Amino acid sequence: MELFKNTQIDFLGKQKIFIGISLVLLAVGIGSWAAKGGLKYGIDFTGGANISVRFASSPPIDRIRAAISAKIPGEISVQEVTGENEVIIGLPLKEDVALQKERQTVVETLTETFGEKTDRLDLNNASAAQLAERLRDPLQRASIPMNDEQLGQLARRIFEFRNSPPRSGVLSNFEQLREVEGVTPQILEVIRQQCYLAPFTIRGAEVIGPKIGAEMRNKAVLAVLYALGGMLVYLALRFEFVYGLAAVIAVFHDVIITLGFFSLTDKEISLNVVAALLTLVGYSMNDTIVVFDRIRETLKLSRRELTPAIVNDSINQTLSRTVLTSGLTFISALALWLFGGPVLNGFAFALVVGVIVGTYSSIFIAVPILVFWHERFGKSRRAAAPAAAK
Amino acid sequence: MKSLKWKAALIVAITLVCLYGVIGLPKSKDELVANWRKNIRLGLDLRGGSLLVVQVQLQDAFKVEANTQIERLKEELGKQSIAYQSIDHNDPQTLAEAENIAITVRGIPADKSQLFRNIVAELLPSWVLTPLSSTDYRLTMKPTEVLALKEDTVQRAITTIESRINGLGLAEAAVQRRGGAGSEAEILISLPGLDDPARVKNILQTAALLELYEVKEGPFARQEDALAKFGGVLPLNTKLMRSAPRPGDPAGEGWYLVARTPVITGRDLRDARPAQDEFGKWETAFVLSQEAKGRFARFTEANIGNRLAIALDNQIRSAPTIQSRIEDQGRITGAASHQDASDLALVLRAGSLPAGIVYLQEQTVGPSLGADSIRKGLIAGVIGLVFVVAFMLIYYAGAGVNAVVALILNGVILIGCLAYLEAVLTLPGIAGIILLIGMAVDSNVLIFERIREELRAGKATLAAIDTGFSKAFLTIIDTHVATVVSCAFLFMFGTPAIRGFAVTLVIGLVANVFTSVFVSRALFQFAVARQGFNPKLSIGI
Repeated sequence: MELFKNTQIDFLGKQKIFIGISLVLLAVGIGSWAAKGGLKYGIDFTGGANISVRFASSPPIDRIRAAISAKIPGEISVQEVTGENEVIIGLPLKEDVALQKERQTVVETLTETFGEKTDRLDLNNASAAQLAERLRDPLQRASIPMNDEQLGQLARRIFEFRNSPPRSGVLSNFEQLREVEGVTPQILEVIRQQCYLAPFTIRGAEVIGPKIGAEMRNKAVLAVLYALGGMLVYLALRFEFVYGLAAVIAVFHDVIITLGFFSLTDKEISLNVVAALLTLVGYSMNDTIVVFDRIRETLKLSRRELTPAIVNDSINQTLSRTVLTSGLTFISALALWLFGGPVLNGFAFALVVGVIVGTYSSIFIAVPILVFWHERFGKSRRAAAPAAAK
Repeated sequence: MKSLKWKAALIVAITLVCLYGVIGLPKSKDELVANWRKNIRLGLDLRGGSLLVVQVQLQDAFKVEANTQIERLKEELGKQSIAYQSIDHNDPQTLAEAENIAITVRGIPADKSQLFRNIVAELLPSWVLTPLSSTDYRLTMKPTEVLALKEDTVQRAITTIESRINGLGLAEAAVQRRGGAGSEAEILISLPGLDDPARVKNILQTAALLELYEVKEGPFARQEDALAKFGGVLPLNTKLMRSAPRPGDPAGEGWYLVARTPVITGRDLRDARPAQDEFGKWETAFVLSQEAKGRFARFTEANIGNRLAIALDNQIRSAPTIQSRIEDQGRITGAASHQDASDLALVLRAGSLPAGIVYLQEQTVGPSLGADSIRKGLIAGVIGLVFVVAFMLIYYAGAGVNAVVALILNGVILIGCLAYLEAVLTLPGIAGIILLIGMAVDSNVLIFERIREELRAGKATLAAIDTGFSKAFLTIIDTHVATVVSCAFLFMFGTPAIRGFAVTLVIGLVANVFTSVFVSRALFQFAVARQGFNPKLSIGI
């Protein structure tokens, strides 16, 4: 099978349209960025606390907000994770000690508001060790003696059952436990007496002090800049300086447009999104190098000056490769976005946008820069070009 | 033909070595799964667990050090009958201020100046003496000593935290320095599989300073009552201590006048265990060391009928009356549960932290959240991979098989290397794998498209393969080296998560050069060699 056979598309001829599109995208992205007063950083970078809570049924957002606002001053965000019965409660940046206390307050408030005021153990928010401890004596009294190991195993099985999907942490009914190996009707009765099921479970919590947040942000930005610098130097050595420069400008273009999309869609920049941006940098660079390599090869064979015709030929020759690779990578990223779940969402979104922009920029940003440079400054360096491209 | 055999042998050997690293030599299905789980280390973001970053409050250690030196100095000055007006130290509040700790000595008679200097030089060799006036002096710590004290404090904190956490029985818990500029006082505690970080935090935050005091008077209901009794001035060498309010025991609350120096401190402990009293209530029993035994026995014998205060972190937990001579045992009553009692025993055994700690970061991923992430990531990965494989097979026909074999082998080598390096796979690591799949597919596409070009240009099969590979090779090297260069910087300057990304990617890229260039080429050569004269390639044209 062959999709693109001997294409003769005049890519450079259309560069003005595409550079126009890029400028619009950049302007919209940066504009949204500026209008919103900067990017929306996740707590990884700003400091703050996130607590994800899964409810047994659709979460009562207003009640959660009201209950927590009554206890903690300041702006609290309660964000619903669509289709997961889950909310993420966000507390803004505070000093370390206050954050730790507030995390505890949120958990206590949720228990007060949605839990029961009993001495019984909340099976949805307890640990396996707590359950084992709780059941030891009552089981003894009910004449179902178990040694510590058996008890521990029973508790672990119950918790594995609770944590696996579709329950994913929340039991809504004790009857569900009948499926667990080793839970006899008598044991279930004891559990019923000793425990209750709150309609929610704390799935995860992240508390990041302001110092670490700022440090992570600095480190991430520095790492990306140095990495780009490293690539620039490598390309300048292997090709010519302008190749490296063009590739790095294209990558910057991709990162800014992707960040613009994040700003437009109000998505948060988390540490995982930075990992996705790094992936995008690598991918876009890879794509650009392939086209550049082909241009250099054609130049070497033809012993000619870099012309729009040679560049167009090179792009056309690598076109089927570009479309295939990008298409396949795009589909992998799309699968991750559609099926990867909430944790991977921001990450996958960056990849989906990034693959498209990264492919596009190799052809419509990096190459025109190269041509522009050669038309402007290339004449005086006629002799230097083939020599450098050895 | 001979070189082909060598190539085949090398490929098979590498594959087997990598597979062995991942699954070992399993005898059953269960064992295979167990080995896999053991060798592929998942990060906390994927498997669930807690990660804590704490900062050691170094200023505490500096204050303690200054206090100790002041006590020693005062004692020596007393012995030598040198009068002084005051000796005290400043009170650093932050880590940065800690190293500027200074002891100020005022009012040393001018004629005793030389003697004073000699004493300081002998007694406090790690401090620098600067005269402020003819009678006043300032002592500051030598820079090397500051460094040493910092280092020692953090190391001791790590050791204490380690032993406390080990006592919890968490198999893979790790305590390490966080490292990096400005974070030398920070400790990273990772607790895989732990879904109850509140308990760990409690255990860590307990300073667990155990002291046993002789009770002189008390209990008093209020501090003022106690002071009133002594006319506002406490008797020599005594202090007032508050007892901890206990749930359900309001009578236990109060103030005691105790001897200033404790009879027994945490250092004299040999062991501590949870125990139950005759009514089934939980308590923590401790045993004293050989050295403290005699001292405690003499003390209890002399004080039968008096009270003994058991204080934990400067709060009296109980003040029992001494009934008889006690050799080497004691109990701390009032635990709410077995877990409470054993947690207290644990911190007593592990000793006290050299300085306070503050939490900078907590990340808890519940087991259900981690499991969901993995499951969903896997589903997405499989869908993406199936599509890629199907497409390569349809588009490149027989040659597509090469690509798929190369891709699978690349995956095997990557996880094999991760297993051997004991690297941890995190979400950013998975990002690296996605980029890697893209680049691996890209390498194959580059090669195949080149071969097609050569075939289209009318070259013979063997020549087309050779030219295709050698031309694509340069491009592959360029893209790979550029990425490796960037990874090197990411590794040097990145956060731990970004480092994970870089490591995974570099291993995968090296593996990819091997699989897509060497292995894929060998497969072509096999295919061609089997056909003998004038071979044809199935590359989907």
